Amino acid sequence: MSTAPSTQVTQKRSFTASASVYVNERTSLAGFVKELGRKAFPDHWSFLLGEIALFSFVVILISGTFLTFFFQASQAEVHYDGSYVPLKGVEMSVAMASTLDISFDIRGGLFVRQMHHWAALLFVAAIGLHMLRIFFTGAFRKPREFNWLIGFTLFILAMGEGFTGYSLPDDLLSGNGLRIIDGLVKGMPIIGTWTSFLLFGGEFPGTAIVGRLYTLHILLLPAIIVALIAIHLVLVVVHKHTQYAAPGKTQQNAVGPPILPIYAAKAGGFFFIIFGVLALIASLFTINPIWNYGPYDPSPVSAGTQPDWYIGFADGALRLIPPGWEFVWLDRTWSFNILVPLIGIGIFILLVVAYPFIEAWVKGDHREHHIADRPRNAPTRTAIGAAGVTFYAGLWAAASSDILATHFSLTMEGVIHALQAVVIIGPFVAYFIAKRVCIALQKKDREIVLHGYESGRIVKLPGGEFIEVHQPLDEYDRWRLVSYEAYEPLMIRPNSRGKITVGQRLRAGVSRWFFEDRIAPVTKGELEASHSAHH
Amino acid sequence: MAQDDHSGTELAAADSSHEALAPTASPGTALIASDAFENPGFPPHRPRVTDEDPKKEKRAQRTVYTLFYLSILGSVWAVAAYMLFPIESNDVDAVRLNNMFIGLGATLALLGLGFGIVHWGKALMADVELADERHPIGGSPETQAAAAKVFSDSNEESGFTRRSVVRNSLIGALIAFPLPAVVLFRGFAPQDQLPVELLSHTMWAKGTRLALDPSGVPIKAADVTIGSAFHIIPEGLAELEHGKLEEKAKAAVLLMRLEPSELNQAPDRESWSYDGIVAYSKICTHVGCPVALYEQHTHHLLCPCHQSQFDVANHCEVIFGPAKRPLPQLPIAVDDEGYLIAQSDFTEPVGPSFWERS
Amino acid sequence: MNRSKRRTGRRHPLATVALLALGLVFTGGAYAAISSGTAAQAEAEPTSQETIEQGKKLFQANCATCHGLEAQGTNNGPSLIGVGAAAVDFQVGTGRMPMQMQGPQAQQKPPQFTDEQTKQLAYYVASLGPGPDIPAEHLVNGGGDAANGAELFRINCAMCHNVAGAGGALTEGKFAPPLTNVSGVHIYEAMVTGPQNMPVFNDLNISPEDKRDVITYLKYVQDNRSPGGFELGSLGPVAEGLFIWIFGLGAIVAVTVWITAKSN
Repeated sequence: MSTAPSTQVTQKRSFTASASVYVNERTSLAGFVKELGRKAFPDHWSFLLGEIALFSFVVILISGTFLTFFFQASQAEVHYDGSYVPLKGVEMSVAMASTLDISFDIRGGLFVRQMHHWAALLFVAAIGLHMLRIFFTGAFRKPREFNWLIGFTLFILAMGEGFTGYSLPDDLLSGNGLRIIDGLVKGMPIIGTWTSFLLFGGEFPGTAIVGRLYTLHILLLPAIIVALIAIHLVLVVVHKHTQYAAPGKTQQNAVGPPILPIYAAKAGGFFFIIFGVLALIASLFTINPIWNYGPYDPSPVSAGTQPDWYIGFADGALRLIPPGWEFVWLDRTWSFNILVPLIGIGIFILLVVAYPFIEAWVKGDHREHHIADRPRNAPTRTAIGAAGVTFYAGLWAAASSDILATHFSLTMEGVIHALQAVVIIGPFVAYFIAKRVCIALQKKDREIVLHGYESGRIVKLPGGEFIEVHQPLDEYDRWRLVSYEAYEPLMIRPNSRGKITVGQRLRAGVSRWFFEDRIAPVTKGELEASHSAHH
Repeated sequence: MAQDDHSGTELAAADSSHEALAPTASPGTALIASDAFENPGFPPHRPRVTDEDPKKEKRAQRTVYTLFYLSILGSVWAVAAYMLFPIESNDVDAVRLNNMFIGLGATLALLGLGFGIVHWGKALMADVELADERHPIGGSPETQAAAAKVFSDSNEESGFTRRSVVRNSLIGALIAFPLPAVVLFRGFAPQDQLPVELLSHTMWAKGTRLALDPSGVPIKAADVTIGSAFHIIPEGLAELEHGKLEEKAKAAVLLMRLEPSELNQAPDRESWSYDGIVAYSKICTHVGCPVALYEQHTHHLLCPCHQSQFDVANHCEVIFGPAKRPLPQLPIAVDDEGYLIAQSDFTEPVGPSFWERS
Repeated sequence: MNRSKRRTGRRHPLATVALLALGLVFTGGAYAAISSGTAAQAEAEPTSQETIEQGKKLFQANCATCHGLEAQGTNNGPSLIGVGAAAVDFQVGTGRMPMQMQGPQAQQKPPQFTDEQTKQLAYYVASLGPGPDIPAEHLVNGGGDAANGAELFRINCAMCHNVAGAGGALTEGKFAPPLTNVSGVHIYEAMVTGPQNMPVFNDLNISPEDKRDVITYLKYVQDNRSPGGFELGSLGPVAEGLFIWIFGLGAIVAVTVWITAKSN
C-alpha cells in the first residue's frame, strides 16, 4: 500500500495505492486497518479449536447453498425415476427424490452432499472440543461470561441445524428420528398433544414437516447462528484473546504474532486445510446412504437406528430408563420415562450454562482474567468437568447399545445395565480420580520448582552415597509453574446487621468443597528456604 | 484455613498485577502471596533456520510454491474429472468414480493451498511477536461517566422516568402487540381437527380384513403357520390417495402364530385371538417406532430404537426397556371365506403415551 | 575296460526315474478309474435310495445325539420331521449344524460336510415328512425386481438384519447375522424355514417370486460398492460419528499443533 517510486517527477501511485485511497475515501477503512491490522493474537494450538468450528461452518454454508439449488422440500408423492435401480418406481416424497437426484444424477452432487454432512458432524464436534478447552482453562471468567452463553447457545443451535438438516431427505432413518421426537413431544404434560399437532400440521407424519424444517434449516437457524458468531468474534476482539502464562505474558498484555501477515496466513491456510480434509473424507467415505434406507414409512425400521452423533446423548438417555416409569394419576398419563430424560438433560444443560456464574460467586473474584489456567491448577473445576464429560459420554455410548452388543459379543441388556451404572456412579468416580490427579500434578510442579528436575546424571559422593543430580529450573521455565493463583475457602463473617445469612453459609460450604484441598504455588521465600535447608 | 473476602484491601503486593486493570475489583478469596515470583520478561529470541541459513530459506520457498502448483494441478484435475467421469444412468459405479475423482482433485487443490500458506507463514514470514496493551474492558471512568450522562440526559429530555403513565402504557402496548402473531400459529394445523380425537381412532373397524404390507392383499388364517410374522395393514389402506402414511402410523399391525398352549391370555381376551394367531399394534408404546423384531422361539418382540421388549406369550407386556404399556391388541376373527378380519378398532389409543390418555 | 559307445540298448540314466513315474501313473490312474466309477454314481438324487441311505448314516452318526435316532427330537434338539430339505441344506450348508454349543444362537462356522453330504442329509430328512424343498435355480440367482425386493426387505427383514444387510442385535445376546456373503439359495431357505429365532416367511407371506426379488436386491447390494466410497460397515451414524471424532478431528487437531509450533 505504499506509493511506488517511479521515474517520473510527479509521484504516480501504483494501482494498489490508488485503489486503496479510492475505497478509504468512501468507507473510512483506514481506521479499521490501523486498529486491527497489527493486533497481536495469542498463538497456541488449543486456541484454534474455535476456528475449526468456524471454518467448518463456512464449508457448510458454501456446500449447503449449492444443495439448495437442487433440493426440493416438498412431501408431495412421486414415483422415483432416476438412476438408482433398487428404488425405481418406488413411491416417495419429492424431497427424497430430489436428494436421490443430487446423489445419483448430478455430477459432483454426491460429493457436495457428503461434504455438507461430514462438515456438519465436524462442526458440532469442534464446538464441543472448543467448549471443553474454554471450560478447563477457565476462559469463561470475567469478562468472557457472555461469550460462554453465546457459545453454548451456538452449540445448541448447531445441533438443531444438524437435526433439521438430516431430516430433510425424508428417508427411513431420519423419519424414525422424527417419529421419536413426535413421541417425546406427545409425552410432555399438558402441551404435548397440541404441540405435536401444530408442529406436524395434523397427524404424524403429515405433509408439512419437511417444508417447515427447511425454513428453519436454511433461513432462521443460519441467520441466528451467523449473528451470534459475529457477536462472539467481536467480543473476542474487544476482550483480546486469553493467553497461557509464560515469560513476558502478563494480565496487562496480549502477546502474539500480528494479524497481518502471520496470523492471517495461519488462519487462512487453516481454513483451506479444513476444507481439504473435509473434501478428502467426502471423496472416500460414504455418509448417510439414503438409497439404502429408502423413503420414510411408519412400518419398516432398520436395525441400528441411531441419530447423528450429537443427538446421541438424548437417545441414550431414553434407552437407559428402566421399564415401567409411567403411571395414570388424576385421569392423566404421567410419562416419567420421557420426562426424566428431558429434565435430567435440562438440569445438566443448566449447570453447564450457569457454571461460570457459580464459580464466580464461590470465589468472589471480580477482577478480569486474561491468563488461561492450566487445568491442574483448578482441581475442583477440572474434576467437575471430568464428571460432566463422563455423564455425557455414558449417555452418548448408550445410544449405540445394540451395536456395542453385536460388536463386542455382549447382551444388549448387559450393555444397558453397565451404562446405567456408568451414568450414575461414573461421574463420582471420574471426579475423584481427576481431582486427585490434578493435586498430584500440582505437587509434582512444586517439587520441580523447589528441587529442580531429575537430570539422569548419577554422581557418587565422596562418602560413597549415590545421588541423582537435580537440574534447577531457569527463571523462564519456573515462571510457568509458579504463576497461578490458589484460592482459599471463605471464612464466614456476620454481615452489617450482625446476621450470617443462608446465602453466606451456602457460599462458605461450596467454597470449602472447592478449595479445601489446594496446593499454593511456590513463593520466592519458600525457594530460598529450601535452598538454605540444603546448603 | 479460611480466608476473608478481600474486598478492596491487601491488593498491594501481588505481582500477577490484576489491580492495574481494575483498581477497585475485589479478588475474592484468591490467595495473594506477598513474596510471589515476578514475571521474568520475554526470553531471548530464538531465530529460525530459515532466518539463519539462506539455503534453508530457499528450500522453504520452493516447498511453498510447489504446494501452490500442486494446488493448481488439483483444481485442473477436478475440472477434468468432471468431464472424464460422467454419470451413466443406472450405473452406481460411475457415480462412485465421479465422486471420488472430483473429490480428490478438490482435496489436492485445497490442501495444497492450505499447507502452502501455513508453511509460508511459519517458515518465511518475519518471525515477529507483538505485545498489545490491555485496557480495562469497562473503559475509563470518564467514558463510563459520559455514557451515564447520555442516558440521564435523554431520560431528562424525554421524561421517560418522570412520565410514568406514558411509560407504563408504552410497555403495555409493546407486550400486547406480538400477541396476534402468536395466535396465528394456531393455523399450523387444521382448524377442524382435535389432536386427542385423532389419536383415539384408527382405520380398523369391525370386519376390516387384515392385509399384507405393502401390497394390500388380504390373508387367510390358514396362511399363517406357526412361527410366522406377518406385517399387516388394514385392507384398503394401500389404495388410499391421501393420508396413507398417517393411517399406517396408527394402523400397522404385527400378526404372529404361537402354539395355543404357549399363549397366556387374559380371560376377557380369549376371543381376541384365533387358534394361536394373535395381532398386536406394531407402534411402540414408548415413543412410536415400529416394534418389528419378532423372535420366533422366545416370543419376544424387540423395538430397535430404545430396546423395549414385549412378551407376545404374555399379552405383550413389557419385559425390558423404557416402555410401560403393553402393545394394544387387535381383536381378530375369521370371516366365512377364511380371511382374517378385525372384530373392531383397537380398544385403546395406539402408539406413544400422551397426557390426556387415561 | 572298454569304453565303447553303444547307441542302442544302453540304459539312459533317467530310465529308473521314468519307470517309477510310469508305475505311479498306472497304479494311481487305475485306482482313480475304479473309485471314480463309484463316486460318479453318488451324485445326490432326491429320491434315490442310495442318497437317503447315505443321509441316514450321516444323520445317525452326527445328528442323532441331539435330534434323536429317528429325528423325532430329544430334550437337546427339536424334531426334524417336517422341516424339509431346505432347513437341513441351510443349517448344515452354512455350518450352523452340527451345533458347537447348546444355545438359542446357532453360530455360523465352516461347514463340516461336503456339498454332496449336505444334500444327502437334506434328502434323508425330507423323506421323513413333507416340508419346504431346496429352491429351484431360477429363484435364487437374482434376475428379479430389485425395487420390489428392496421394499419387501425393508418391511420384513431390515429391522433385524439392517437395511444394507449389515446385521443387528436381538435380545439376550442373540443377533441377526450380516447377509453380505450369504448365497442366494441359503437366503431363500432361511426365509422359508425360519431358522432358530428368525420368523418363518412361508410362500403365502412372501411368495417365491417375491423371495427372488429380495435375493435380487441383496445381490445388488453385495455386487455394487457404495457410490459414496467406503461404507464404514454400513452401520450408520454411530460409525460416522466415531470416524469424524477419531480421524477427522484427530487429524485436524494434529494440524493445529503443527500450525502453532515454532518453526525450526
